[in-house]
Amino acid sequence: MDPQRKRKIRLVVALSVAVLLAVALIYTSFSASTEAKEPSQLLSATPGTSYEMTGRVVKGSVERDGNGIAFRVVDRDGGSESLPVTYEGTVPDPFRGGREIVLTGAIAKNGVFVGEPETLITKCPSKFTTKSDG
Amino acid sequence: MASLGSALLGLAFLAALAAGALALAGRNGDERLLTLSRRTVYGFCALLTACVVIIELAFAGDDFSFNIVAEHSSIETPAGYKLAAMWSSQEGSLLLWAFVLSIAASAALYATRNKLRDLVPWATAVMMGVAAFFTGLMLFAPDVDPFATLSPAPADGIGLNPLLQHPSMMIHPPMLYSGYVAFTVPFAFAIGALVTRRLDAEWIRATRRFALIAWTFLGFGLLLGARWSYTELGWGGYWAWDPVENAALMPWLLGTAFLHSIMVQEKRGMLKVWNATLIVGTFSMALLGTFLVRSGVLQSIHAFGDNTVGPYILGLIGVVLIGSTALIVSRLDDLRSPKRIDSLASRESVFLINNLLLVGMTLVIFWGTFFPLISELFTGEKASLAAPWFDRYTTPLAILLVLFTGIGPLLAWRRVSWESAKRVFRVPLAVAAVVTLGLILFTDAAEQLWALALFAFAAFALTGLAQEFWSGAAARKQLSGEPGAQALVGLVSRNRRRYGGYIVHIGVIVLLIGIAASSSFQTNRDVELRPGESIAIDGRTITYVKPTVSVDEEKLGFGSLLRIEEDGKVVGTVRPSRQYFRPTGQETGTIGSFFAGEATSEVGLRTGIGQDLWIAEQPNITAVQAGVRKADQGFKACIQGAPGSPPECKALGALMRASVGVPAREAKALQQISELQSIAAENVARTFLKSDAPSTFKVIVNPLVTWMWIGGLIALAGALLALWPSRGRRRGALVRTEADARKEAKYREIRDAELDHATGKLSDEDFAVLDAELRREALEILDGVGNGNGNGNGAHPREPEKVDQA
Repeated sequence: MDPQRKRKIRLVVALSVAVLLAVALIYTSFSASTEAKEPSQLLSATPGTSYEMTGRVVKGSVERDGNGIAFRVVDRDGGSESLPVTYEGTVPDPFRGGREIVLTGAIAKNGVFVGEPETLITKCPSKFTTKSDG
Repeated sequence: MASLGSALLGLAFLAALAAGALALAGRNGDERLLTLSRRTVYGFCALLTACVVIIELAFAGDDFSFNIVAEHSSIETPAGYKLAAMWSSQEGSLLLWAFVLSIAASAALYATRNKLRDLVPWATAVMMGVAAFFTGLMLFAPDVDPFATLSPAPADGIGLNPLLQHPSMMIHPPMLYSGYVAFTVPFAFAIGALVTRRLDAEWIRATRRFALIAWTFLGFGLLLGARWSYTELGWGGYWAWDPVENAALMPWLLGTAFLHSIMVQEKRGMLKVWNATLIVGTFSMALLGTFLVRSGVLQSIHAFGDNTVGPYILGLIGVVLIGSTALIVSRLDDLRSPKRIDSLASRESVFLINNLLLVGMTLVIFWGTFFPLISELFTGEKASLAAPWFDRYTTPLAILLVLFTGIGPLLAWRRVSWESAKRVFRVPLAVAAVVTLGLILFTDAAEQLWALALFAFAAFALTGLAQEFWSGAAARKQLSGEPGAQALVGLVSRNRRRYGGYIVHIGVIVLLIGIAASSSFQTNRDVELRPGESIAIDGRTITYVKPTVSVDEEKLGFGSLLRIEEDGKVVGTVRPSRQYFRPTGQETGTIGSFFAGEATSEVGLRTGIGQDLWIAEQPNITAVQAGVRKADQGFKACIQGAPGSPPECKALGALMRASVGVPAREAKALQQISELQSIAAENVARTFLKSDAPSTFKVIVNPLVTWMWIGGLIALAGALLALWPSRGRRRGALVRTEADARKEAKYREIRDAELDHATGKLSDEDFAVLDAELRREALEILDGVGNGNGNGNGAHPREPEKVDQA
């Protein structure tokens, strides 16, 4: 085969592989992703659907609940409506009232957001510092 | 001092602008202007050094009139962390960026002061442009002035978050920053090469070391971060595909690709467009990393809120991307190489495949990291991707990477004959087959096919690398008559770049084995135990012997003593605990204040070559906290003189009432109160010792995870070996010109070919052709030196030394 033709075939093969991979990537990312919601949006969400919840833990709401914890969250920029949350298992070190968290889970029939184990992310506090009133 | 610092910072900004302008003014070879420009860069470096010294002195001397000190340090902060607190702030990390860049730029300009006359001015302008950008941010952007002051100065600072008080936190951020920053140098020289159309490998030779230094810093920074997460954060993992982690990994992956593909340009003059694109991508990714840490665009545990400099950095990334792309496109004709890859079975084609895998991995990670923004753009909903999605793509790519890492070193440049391929592949393939069979028969590795594939390829690659060392040393021994060990040392030290690189390969493969084993075969359980109870996990028994308590001024610790038994024998104990801190910087206050600050886990870790036992505890302190509330209330009532209070309380209450408005007495009263409260806190905390409430333990058995850290250290050692200047270079460093560099590079190529021939990778005919070609090219360079072309001086024509003669 002449080299010009060989190169062309090689290029076509490489490009098709790249396109196939890109399509797979896009398809799986849209199907595997979980929607991000804030607590106020979740108050009326359908039970059973999995969401990634981003919110702020209400100060003083964290209680031990069997093998896990129960607490309430509000929207990141405040708001009055709070969502009850339960989470089983150990929590990350920075977790406590007032911190922003990201948690994947679903709303149960009783309106409580049940977090999936090992999905709780607590954001480090702003600028690495804790104000005394934190 | 602060106003002096501000003035110096302003001067530094002007120096950066001046150095860039002088360099551009002298771009046609005006020696005077170029020297002045270089010295101005040194001056810029000196000014920023002074700024850093002023800030660090303020931290060391607890000068809380500096805003940055008051917000990130306190009197009680341990001395080491005081110095490290600078980069925990946004303004401090910008200063660190500019400072490291000033050092890198000075070093790069010093190293190239006698060569690359035409492209150095442009490289200077690019580096100083970036430097002026970051210095200017500190001067003109809101809230990021490191020399901002507070008036009046507070008596004490807020302090450093206890989570960050970990030794690796002192060096992890500067390592990452140095890595990000050092990529500026190869990027700047690439731009210089593109502008001046000097597109041979000279800019690569001049900046290769900086790329390798950047890569090493970035890699070590990533490793330290993983280690910190594993031992400190209480969740037992070392990698979470968090956006900011990804942001540091992406430039590292692209940098890895760059370090490999530049070899193809150096040796064969190919892949020029690719290399230019890669370094632009790497530098943009480094900027993106800086941006992500500071912007809060993506949900990350590292996103530090402040959004004041994000938009500016984004603007810089835009300028870099658009400008560089336009420049590369306009130079496409000059970048095209007349040569083609001869054969698929050659080292350069394996480099190309490895490059595609690394870039593919970067694209996957990029897509996943920015998916929340992408999905918001298309669907209007923010949606994010979790670790399993990343694993699905990066696992097979990483495994293929290991396979090609094994194949690459076994192949020669240009082409490989079937005969020599059979010779070099025989042993690694046989070992890989035996290892795979052994793993299937004697372990449960076959349950995880990806992990099994990785182990098989790793066995192949490691054997191939060992064979490289072995046959290289054998060839040298035969020629020089040295004993084996000496021949090996001689071989490695004469070919540092090649064998240092191989050691990096060994380290990275060992690290990947650790990752594969610990992620695929991990046991991870949450268990509840009461004191005295035991649980069996993976053939060992863990017994909760008794609760433990520790008390000091700033924190209360509740934990446990756990006994570990294997096969009925006690093998040791671990003491996991959780420390409850008072709000940072507070030493006195109610007992309840202990639960108002951070809480951190002290992990109980038993490290072993075979596996790690990792235990974190969530102590059940419900009863203690109830006791604390009661004690605080009682204390308050007592001081207020409630009926039935003990006489000490009444006396203290009286003292307090008498001391209102009298500072001397007030201090005394407060001190007495805090002493009493400390005693009360200790007593309440001790009730935990008698508690029989169940605590939650997270128990993780991590096989081979230690090898991750060992592998990382091996890779670091290899990178340092490859960076270490050779003896000749150290001696002759002062007279190195461009022609010298080109000559040395050609000699190295001849030595490499001889080594490949001696170790059986090049057949006799192929070697004869290649050697003749290389020698002809070497003679051309020497002729050029003789005729005064290529601005050489002090180069004496001599025969290339043979590699195997000591």
